Amino acid sequence: MTALPTRKLEAYRYADVAALTSVWSDLAPPERIEIAAQKNVQQVWLPSTEPVQIRRVEIALEAGATANIFALNTATAYGRIEIDVMLADGAHFGLDAANIGGGSSTLEVVTTVRHIGVAATSRQTVRSVLGGKATGSYLGKVAVARDAQQTDSVQSVKAMLLDRGATANCKPELEIYADDVKCAHGATVGELDPQQLFYAAARGLDPAAARALLLEGFVAGLWSEIDGNDEGIADVARAALKAIA
Amino acid sequence: MLKIENLHATVADKPILNGLSLIVPKGEVHAIMGPNGAGKSTLAYVLGGRPGYEVTEGSVTFTPNPVRVERSRDTLGAGETSLDFARDERFGGELDLLALEPHERAAAGLFLGFQYPVEIPGVSSLQFVREALNAQRRARGEKELSGAEFIRLAKAEAAALGMDPEMLKRPVNLGFSGGEKKRSEMVQMGIMTPRLAILDETDSGLDIDALKAVGAGINRIMRAPDKAVLLITHYQRLLDYVRPDRVHVLNNGRITRSGGPELAHELEREGYAEAAA
Repeated sequence: MTALPTRKLEAYRYADVAALTSVWSDLAPPERIEIAAQKNVQQVWLPSTEPVQIRRVEIALEAGATANIFALNTATAYGRIEIDVMLADGAHFGLDAANIGGGSSTLEVVTTVRHIGVAATSRQTVRSVLGGKATGSYLGKVAVARDAQQTDSVQSVKAMLLDRGATANCKPELEIYADDVKCAHGATVGELDPQQLFYAAARGLDPAAARALLLEGFVAGLWSEIDGNDEGIADVARAALKAIA
Repeated sequence: MLKIENLHATVADKPILNGLSLIVPKGEVHAIMGPNGAGKSTLAYVLGGRPGYEVTEGSVTFTPNPVRVERSRDTLGAGETSLDFARDERFGGELDLLALEPHERAAAGLFLGFQYPVEIPGVSSLQFVREALNAQRRARGEKELSGAEFIRLAKAEAAALGMDPEMLKRPVNLGFSGGEKKRSEMVQMGIMTPRLAILDETDSGLDIDALKAVGAGINRIMRAPDKAVLLITHYQRLLDYVRPDRVHVLNNGRITRSGGPELAHELEREGYAEAAA
């Protein structure tokens, strides 16, 4: 077992170290997913009922392989989703993730996407909805190796703050050694739109229902690309939003 | 149906309505016309209960949808107030509209048609209107509509307004043209079946075909002995399709003149400055 990380480490700068300490000695090594050339993998990651939930996954994609991950992070104390991805020629990685929390929860999505081969693509979309004194973070590093020409990478990060005490950290990070690449990233932090809230109220929705519906719209796009069974992730997300709206 | 007495209102501490009085009896359509800045939209927002529109004086009473008090109490959550708590005995069981929250006004049967209908990304019109309608029905102690019942109703209303029902699957008003947004407002009104519709510049941005469709929609949905309409408009042209029983001129935050439908033509001919002087 490696030493307990501290907040001096970049990938842990917003972490709840006390919560981490409580589970560190029992923490399993990162799960490893290897995807053979031209194979497609889709996974839907639902939260458990544990107050502290840490999921660490390494994904290695061979040439032309595809991984699409849909993840919901709603732990009541500390939820951390940590993904390390390696992309060979023409491989694709997609991540759609939501941090939804209130109270004093700390929710993090921490990714490292390594473009090793040529013409690989990655798309990361993360939405955070934070109430109370919750903290939601996205730390996303995209590393493009010297030979990884025609890399196409997108990071879209948006956070919605419901209360004054809530905090969002959005940190896309690029490390590029190739010269023919497209790496786009955007990050916004906002609040619910009073015009939308009044429109919903004028149609008969009480304030909590109006907030829940608008927040559902804010995260709705995340689950629309799920192929087949969504394993109830949209419903679980809706319930999580209702709980903090 | 609606009785406004000596209404004063401010927006950001600036007085906009200055002693407006108006009575709209049931079964009637009243038009409010007036120049830019007269307070037309402010009146609509004050009646709808928009935050930031402060009533400083006056009263508004409203004859609501019947509310089955006993049943609606059962469906209330902790801390919520039922519509009946806002009933004011001084008005003989009618509602003190200004005491209600915006969503309670909707449940009581007031529909506010927006001049600029708001876009809501990620929420389909079907979901939005269904949740809103069922919230109103719960507040009134009525049974909620099932998904199938609601979709039948929504499709029929869309067809009646000449709107492709497929558009209801799209996010609320997102990417709609001006005309589509106004048709969509009328579809919502048809689904909600309010007692009183306050339609703020519903004719703005409409071409002739859309104007006809919207006018026919207002007549079909709202022309009834127990309903009423307050049409707020700049121009006379919508009034060719929805014949008002009374026309009022709003100027500097109060009604300066009232008359029959012919007043609208006079205003169109002579302008507000002349006719309202």
